[in-house]
Amino acid sequence: MKQPTTPSAPRSRNRRPLIRRVLVRPAGALSLGWLVLLTVATLAAPLLTTHGPLDQDLGHVLSGPTADHLLGTDNLGRDLLSRLLFGGRSTLLAVGEALAVFLALGVTLGLASGFLGGWVDWLTVRTADLLFALPGIIIVLVVLSVFPGNLHAAMITFGVLGSPGIIRILRSQTLGIREELYVAAAKVAGLTRQQILRRHILPRLISTVIVQAALFAAIVVTIQAGLGFLGLGAQPPDPTWGGLVADASQALDRAPWMLVPSGIPLVLTVLALGSLGDAVRDAATEGWSVSRMTAPTDAPRTVRDDRRPAGTVTTNSTRSGTSALLSVRNLSIDIGGVPVVQEVSFDIAPGETVGVVGESGCGKSVTSLGILGLVPGGGRVAQGQVLFDGTDLVASPAARTQVRGTGIAYVSQEPMVALDPMFTVGRQLGEAVRRHERCDRREARSRVTELLDMVNIPDPAAVAGRHPHQLSGGMAQRVAIALALAGRPKLLIADEPTTALDVTVQAEILTLLRNLQADTGMAVLIVTHDWGVVADLCHRAVVMYAGQVVEAADVEEMFARPLHPYTAGLLAANPHRAREGEPLPTIPGTVPAPRDWPSGCRFAARCELADDRCAEPVTLTEPAPDRLSRCVRSQQLLAEGTS
Amino acid sequence: MATFRLVVRRLLSSTPLLFLVSALTFVLVSLVPGDPARTIVGQHATVEQYETVRRQLGLDEPLPVQYWHWLVRVFHGDLGTSLFSGEPVTSVLNNRLPVSLSLITAGTIVSGVLGVLLGLLSARRGGLLVKAVDVLALVGLAVPAFWFALVLIAVGAVRLRWFPVTGYVPLADDPVEWGRSLVLPVLSLSLSAVAIIAKQTRDSVLDTFGRDFIRVMQANGFSRRSILYRHVLRNAALPLVTVLGVVLVSLLAAAVFVETVFAMPGLGSLTQQATVQHDIPVIQGAVLYITILVVLVNLLVDLAYSRLDPRVRAA
Ligand code: SF4
Repeated sequence: MKQPTTPSAPRSRNRRPLIRRVLVRPAGALSLGWLVLLTVATLAAPLLTTHGPLDQDLGHVLSGPTADHLLGTDNLGRDLLSRLLFGGRSTLLAVGEALAVFLALGVTLGLASGFLGGWVDWLTVRTADLLFALPGIIIVLVVLSVFPGNLHAAMITFGVLGSPGIIRILRSQTLGIREELYVAAAKVAGLTRQQILRRHILPRLISTVIVQAALFAAIVVTIQAGLGFLGLGAQPPDPTWGGLVADASQALDRAPWMLVPSGIPLVLTVLALGSLGDAVRDAATEGWSVSRMTAPTDAPRTVRDDRRPAGTVTTNSTRSGTSALLSVRNLSIDIGGVPVVQEVSFDIAPGETVGVVGESGCGKSVTSLGILGLVPGGGRVAQGQVLFDGTDLVASPAARTQVRGTGIAYVSQEPMVALDPMFTVGRQLGEAVRRHERCDRREARSRVTELLDMVNIPDPAAVAGRHPHQLSGGMAQRVAIALALAGRPKLLIADEPTTALDVTVQAEILTLLRNLQADTGMAVLIVTHDWGVVADLCHRAVVMYAGQVVEAADVEEMFARPLHPYTAGLLAANPHRAREGEPLPTIPGTVPAPRDWPSGCRFAARCELADDRCAEPVTLTEPAPDRLSRCVRSQQLLAEGTS
Repeated sequence: MATFRLVVRRLLSSTPLLFLVSALTFVLVSLVPGDPARTIVGQHATVEQYETVRRQLGLDEPLPVQYWHWLVRVFHGDLGTSLFSGEPVTSVLNNRLPVSLSLITAGTIVSGVLGVLLGLLSARRGGLLVKAVDVLALVGLAVPAFWFALVLIAVGAVRLRWFPVTGYVPLADDPVEWGRSLVLPVLSLSLSAVAIIAKQTRDSVLDTFGRDFIRVMQANGFSRRSILYRHVLRNAALPLVTVLGVVLVSLLAAAVFVETVFAMPGLGSLTQQATVQHDIPVIQGAVLYITILVVLVNLLVDLAYSRLDPRVRAA
């Protein structure tokens, strides 16, 4: 079961109270409405009914709904509405009892276990695990056989048996919160344990507790009715909801109608408690990380239109022109209706290595996946073209599917999760090989060995028999590269292929990529934030900032004379160039989130050279042959560089 | 060999559960108001007679010793005799076990197949089916099995006369009637299970679709079909197996109601009758049997898990 995630930061102050957020949801309002109505009607039953729950009307037995008996009568002519409302009282009491025990035990032990740790935690978790495995109803039956008809004992027992569920959840949440920085800080600040619990932990757990209480109450209602149905609750003629169902079961052939008043309110109540729980959970989690991605779509769109650059510089001004293997033109990508990549253009010639550089959050990865039509997070290519060998992959999904693996292959950032954990290396590579070249199993096997050889894996046969979890990070990345090579691609897209690896392994993987490119002659698009990688491998680099290309040039020229302040800043912050004893300069500030992009230069807030002109949209220009820059001062930077 | 070791380890680790449950039952039973020795000797017996009976029943010993004696007898297959029928409890239970096993096995198969199919369809098609599975999950959990059983009887047996109203025909007597007598009970038992499994299947399939390696496979041109049926399904099966274990245990509980409604002579209805009749030895025995079933279910889940997941297999 998925547990509701804990918010990673304290709630912002302007959020509406939980109850309001629950009530604005139709399901929440309806459920709460039904539960309140029912509780009030049950408590006020004597005022609402003209017939007592035990009054017999033998002239009207087993009748359907009439003006006198709104929900009909049972086999003794007793009014079903009255029995239902009076019966609801025992349900209410049972829920109250079980819930009290459930919450008292659950909250105390869950908090204690998560907050104190140690043997308390050990004992609680063990016991909870044991109890969790039991079908509670059976133990409740034992209790009832020992204390006949004692529903209080039964409900208290059920509360105990139900508590492991909430104990587990609260424990893990408390643990999570406890580890968080600001609680640690609170500890340093000298707050007592009680204060930390009361101020920092309890408030964050309240919605979880409500959710769990609602779900548990739903179970209690069912169980209490079940016990009544089995004849183990209140004894006849006292009305209970379960007893009503039992009465109905005696008259199934003569009066099936009785099933409706005896069952539907029960079902509705359980349903209401269940969906109330869901509504509280949704209301409590709204506004956490997800909502950023699913923000209203219209606002950023309209803004985007006025700040659209007046046509980017013609794309063929980037080097290779029509001879390009891949030509990305004005590519824009939306995720959840928010543009995250805008008007990106660049070319890659056959055999060329191009680096896409920038801090995280600039749209590099999204761009590289967008080329393959695999934008994550439900995003889509909003406009633009991706011409591969002259075919537009955006316009033709069929061509795109065709090109994956054989034309363009892909290596991802995290090698440890890039392979299916369920299958051996050999099976996965074999599947890729057989998909791309029609061959029998034996040929496929030798091709797998060949691929593993290509990526310098020492004992291919042994590695082919392993599962991904048995590989080291570097080994897994080699296998992932082998997988990408299976279709003999003309272009390899590598998304930060070394970021997740140890430094020594990084160097090996880079060498491998360089050698592979030399041997196979394929082009490589490498996404990175590491200038070392760019210097090592790339012919050209494209610098991205906040979803746009801000500079593109040959690597050597860019290193010698960056024509955009962002590039200059990144280069200065490059640890490879750090001089001993001098602090590494950094660019102050952070990349703005897509919704906060300004209409002028997006780098302006962090740029030392910013002036009035930078508040206007800035277009990509070509200050020097084969060089692009999106900066009002690019000419000046060019002049300064030469002087 | 590794499997054998796993089985042994699992069985060892589940013994605490067996002891806990039996001890709990034992303590509860010792709380029964009234004195069995007094009941046997009657009000007019002498103190010596009363003491003798107490000693014979072992009631003069401290509770832990009494529990130990009970355990020793249990290990010898002696669960006492039913206070109600005078039959040995073990034979009562053994007669009833096959009924419950048929019901629960059939319920597991039906809810597993239906639930997985629904969940897959909902994950693949999306749209309306997603909503449908959400609604089913809510309603399926909200409708109590015993009431749903009555509705099924009212429609399928009383009105349409397709199935017998109640009763159970042993498989050996008449396979066809056996099947017919199981249809309505299995359906009532499965409703909530189908709901849970369908939702879990849908959620874990969608979850798996979001994982990195699936994107890597898509990007490198693996076929859609293989991605869904080989890689996604295989990975989504893991959480599903865990849920299936929980569902199976909940079926054991729901069987109490369903067997009672359909007057099926199984363990569940036996527990209900014994509770009504205060037949303590039978209750104790039934709880023991059901706990053993729970332990076996958990063992099966673990075995399935270790078959499926190479990371566990190697460990
Ligand atoms: S346009 Fe202005 S703010 Fe932007 S990088 Fe150039 S100088 Fe800085």
